[in-house]
Formats: sequence, C-alpha cells, structure tokens
Amino acid sequence: MMSDTQTAPPAVTSVDTPRRELPWRAALRWDSGLVIVLIATLIFAGTQSSDFFTQSTMFYIGLNMGEIAIMALPLTLIVMTGEIDLSVASMLGLAGSIMGYLFEHHWNIYLAMLAALVVGAVGGALNGALITRLGLPSIAVTIGTLTLFRGLAEVILGNSTVGGYPLSLTKIGVTPIQGTQLSYSIAIFLGLAVVCAIVLHATPLGRAIFAIGLQSEAAHFAGIRVGRIKFWLYVLSGVVCALAGILFTLKNASARFDAGTGLELNVVAIVLLGGVSIFGGRGSIVGVVLSVIIVGCLQQALTQMHVDPQVQNIVLGGLLLVSVIVPNGGEAIRRIRARTRRRVPA
Amino acid sequence: MVQLRRVAVLATALTVGLTAACSSTTKKSSDTGSPTATGVKKGLTVYFIPKDTQNPYEVIADNGGKTALSELGGKVVVSSGTADTAAAQIPSIQAAIQAHADAIVIAGNDPSSLCPSLGQAYNAGIKIVSFDSDVQCPNHLFINQADTKQIGTSEVDLLAKQIGSAGDIAILSAAATATNQNSWIGYMKEQLKNYPNMHLVKTVYGNDDPATSLTVLQGLLSAYPNLKGIISPTTVGISTAAQYLSTHKDIAKKVTLTGLGLPSQMKPYIHDGTVKAFELWNPNNLGYLAGYAAAALASGSASLTPGTKFKAGKLGEYTVLPAAAPTGPSVVLGPPTVFDSSNVDQFNF
Repeated sequence: MMSDTQTAPPAVTSVDTPRRELPWRAALRWDSGLVIVLIATLIFAGTQSSDFFTQSTMFYIGLNMGEIAIMALPLTLIVMTGEIDLSVASMLGLAGSIMGYLFEHHWNIYLAMLAALVVGAVGGALNGALITRLGLPSIAVTIGTLTLFRGLAEVILGNSTVGGYPLSLTKIGVTPIQGTQLSYSIAIFLGLAVVCAIVLHATPLGRAIFAIGLQSEAAHFAGIRVGRIKFWLYVLSGVVCALAGILFTLKNASARFDAGTGLELNVVAIVLLGGVSIFGGRGSIVGVVLSVIIVGCLQQALTQMHVDPQVQNIVLGGLLLVSVIVPNGGEAIRRIRARTRRRVPA
Repeated sequence: MVQLRRVAVLATALTVGLTAACSSTTKKSSDTGSPTATGVKKGLTVYFIPKDTQNPYEVIADNGGKTALSELGGKVVVSSGTADTAAAQIPSIQAAIQAHADAIVIAGNDPSSLCPSLGQAYNAGIKIVSFDSDVQCPNHLFINQADTKQIGTSEVDLLAKQIGSAGDIAILSAAATATNQNSWIGYMKEQLKNYPNMHLVKTVYGNDDPATSLTVLQGLLSAYPNLKGIISPTTVGISTAAQYLSTHKDIAKKVTLTGLGLPSQMKPYIHDGTVKAFELWNPNNLGYLAGYAAAALASGSASLTPGTKFKAGKLGEYTVLPAAAPTGPSVVLGPPTVFDSSNVDQFNF
C-alpha cells in the first residue's frame, strides 16, 4: 500500500541514478583531496620542524596512532551503515583492565588477552542487541555504554596500576618491527585495513553495508538482513577495540582503568576526515588510512614545534568540522544548482 | 587538588622507605650565596613535562625550572597534554628524544605507563628527573616536595598550637583512595598520640571537588557540633572549607581550620581571620630545584649515587638520598612553609 500510493516512481528515478554513482565518485574525489592535504602536511611539517624527517618520527607516529587507527576501522563500517559507536575508547579501557586484573591474579598472559577479547565481543553484542533488537538510537546506546564500560573498568581495577608483563610483549611500546620503522600496532592496523578494504569494496557484504547506509529500508526490502549485519558489526567493533586495549596496555606496560579516556573523539574525527559520511552510505578505507597518516603527521609535527596542546586540539577540532562541512556543503550546493537548472528551462 | 592526589604513589613509597631516614635533614645551608652551581655546562636544554599545561600549580613549578635554567645559561621547553594522562605525556617524551634534549623533568600522571618511553629517553643519553608525582622507573632522580612524615606531623602540630592541644577534631581529605593524603593521615594519627586531649572523631572525603567537599563539611559540622578543629590536607578541601566558614562566622568562631593550601587561594581567609595558619611547600622552588638537579645530572657534576651533593642556586646544597624501594634515589626540597598573616602576601602561587 505504502509503496504504490505515494509519488514513489519519479522520486526513485531522480534520486537513485545520481546516488548510485555518488559513493564511489565522491569517495575518490575526497581521497584525492586527502592526498593533497597529506602532501601539504608533510611540507608544513618538514619546513617547520627540523626533527620531522628523522627515522624515529615514523615509528613514533605509528606508536601514537596505532590503537586509534585500529579502532577507526570497525567504526568506519558502522558509520557507513548510518550508525555510530562512541563506546570504543571505553571498551579499550575495559579490555585492558580485564587483562590486567586477570594477569594480576596469576592468569596466563595469553589467556588474559583472550578473556579481554571475549569481553570485547560481549560488550559489542550488548551494543548491537540494544540497537538492532530494541531499535534504540546508536548514539544514545553507545553514550550509555561509554560510561558503563569505563565504570566497570574502574570497579575492576580501582586506582591501582597493573604492570609486570613479559618484556617480550611490552617491547611493542619501545621498538619497531625489526628492519622497519613500523610500530607493531600500526602494522596490525595496516593488515586489518587491507581486510576491511576487500570486504567493503569487493564483497556482497560490503555492497550490503553501502546499501544499508544509503537507504536502510530499501536494503531491507532488497533482502539484506540489516539488523543482523549491524549486530555483527558492533560485535566486531567490540573485539577490535579490545585488541586495541591489549596493545595499549602492552605498549604502556601497564593497565589502568582510565586508559584511553577521550580517545573516542579522535577515532570519530579520523573516520570523518577519512571521508566517511556521518549519514552513512559513503566512504572508503583508503580515505581512513590517509586520514590516520595526516592526523599522525600533524600531531607529531605540532608536538615537535612545541605548539600548545590546546592549539593542537583546535587544529584537530577544525579538521573534524571541515570534514563534516565540506562534503555536505558540496551536496547542498549541488542541490541548489540542480534546482536552478530545473528552473531555467521552465 | 589534583597534583596532591597524584603525588600518591611515591609519597607512600617514601613513607615506607624513609621512615628510618626521615629525621635526618637533607638540606644543608652551606650555600655561599652565589646563585650559580659549579660544573654545570652552558646551553643545556631541559624538557619540563608537567601533568598538563593548564594546571596552575604545575605552571608555577615549571616557571621555577625556567628560572633555574636561565641562571645556568640553558633553556627549558615545557611540553605536555591538556588531559592528565600518561598517554598525553608520551609524545612530549618522544619530542625530547628527537630534539636531543639533555634532561627531562617530568611529573608523572601514572607511576608506570611512562617507563617504556622514559627508558628510551634514558637510553638516548637523556637524564631523567621526576618531581611533584614520581614514576616507578629505574634510572631517575625524584625531587620530593617534602617528607611525607613531616607533612603529617606538622599539620597536627599546627592545629594543636591553635586550639590549645585539646578538643574534637576531624579531617577533610581528598579521595578515600588518594595514596598521598592517606599516608599523611596515617602520620597525623601517629602524631595525635602525643596530644592525649585531642580526639580525631571523623575523616571525611570531598574527592577534591568543591561541591562534594562542601556537602561532607556541612554533614561533619552538623554531626559534631563540638568540633574544635579541621585539618584539610588538600588545597581544594581547605579552600572550600575556608570559604564556607568565612560566610558562617558563628561556626568559624568555634572551629579552627588548617591544612595544605595555596597562598593565592587562602589570602582572603587569612586576612578576614577565618584561617590563622596553613602550610605548603613552594612549588616554584620545587621546579627550581628540579631544574638545577637536571642540569647537574646532565653536566655529570651530580649522579644518582647516594650522598652525591649538588648546588641548587638560591636554595643551597642538596644531597641525594639512597633508594628505598620502590622509590629510587631522591632529594627532599625541605620542610613545608607555614603561611599566616605575616607572610601570606609575599607569595603569589
């Protein structure tokens, strides 16, 4: 009844044709823009900081950005479906706390890591179930779990700091992978990014994710199991953030309940700067990788230049705003242009 | 007061370790009056990495460090994050390594998370000094603001003097888990044994939050109407209590307040008579001493070997105290300063 009575046919033809091409074309345009921004960043960093083009810079950027970058990957997929996960950094803290707590209670370190990953899956499933089964808005649910996970972490570890992990593992915070300047965390990120890129851009699941983000209901009627896909994306996010929590703990050689507090904003900023539309349906993994590199280089350069951290926050916030305004501003201009064109022949 | 709470870990460590040694004074006033130390190289670069760049207490301490290095012909770079987390301090340590700094002076946001990065810095030949809040890493010198036991006992003595060593008293502390406050309170209880007529009736916790401190203070005052004195070993607690008492003169007449406070915050309450005296170390001197220690270490004119002496400009000569697990080698700034109407205006921190 609904599909027939309204002015559906004209709306579908006029909206559908440009929209089907939009994701790829816009993403490509955005990615090439990011390459230009990256080059500009490198020139800026190289000219403003004499320490920037030294070997250790690449390692430090990887070290500082690794966990943030890893968490940005599942979030990219989630934002592509038009949802959000703000509990990522709290899950990082919770997973690290679980791992630290169990290790302190004489668990084998690898079992403690496994337990942290399981907790990540359970936390992600909680997010997913609340959002897909109860139909609650993801922003509200994940603000709730942002507080919940952090609270649990505080209950588990209190004010104590747990250290004493095997040196063979904590070396990931001090040394790069042998023969390279890559930190372990950034190498894991690059590996996961390749997997995500293949899934998103070359599989039916990836096309389904695009479709959900463009038109959730249409995707549903096309036979895509929207709820199920979203649910498992949240589980994935939980597990991957738990992995980031493990890496973060090993990197710092200590677990604390407040590890990574506030990082969710950096993660969201990277995803949006990467060209992923906050409304879903548009984005690319390449863009997110570029965005990680840009933010990493910029922060490293600004720190080397002794720029106040407040100013650094302003720069990051500015980038975030620009990455939301520019693509949507472009769409608004296109819409206005389309309207005026239609008017001219009439 | 955040930084007081954060002093936590090593303060406790000192409590344990220095119990035996604490009666011996470390500061010797054999200073010749010359503001420069001997054997310090010129042109040193010292990175000061405070807990964050906004905290007023840390800013004062960093300025002390700047004064020290400018006296020595070197320079200070202040670098840190906006949030009090170890993760926000790590990029600053990396920047110091890349800039080939001579020394790092750090107030640790976390006792152990910074160790891998500080270890890298140490391996790169950078001398490590911690102050305000220590880190539990090897190969560094801790500049302790004041001896833990001394802080606890002197606050009790200060209150006893004002209330004639008799009556019910209470403590308004920070968080119940704050290690430094708790170790001070432990020594307060020890010291109270010397005052048989003073009774500690209750310890309440304001979590270093003005609103919470006010609530627990009001509860305290209504539950114990005969209260004679309150010790608040935290700058947030004492300033909140002082503000409350200054607007409730009837209560202020009966209750004496003292503790650890910032002169800048407490000035009005000293002048209106709400508070007679309180104490604190001088954060500017703390940074100044840390700056001299860092320069001496970087020049090789001082080492971490216990008994090593070095000159710290206007503050005189200091001796490195032996390690007492889990605290490494340390230097104690000196006894806390007592502030009252006679001197409070001279301090601007």
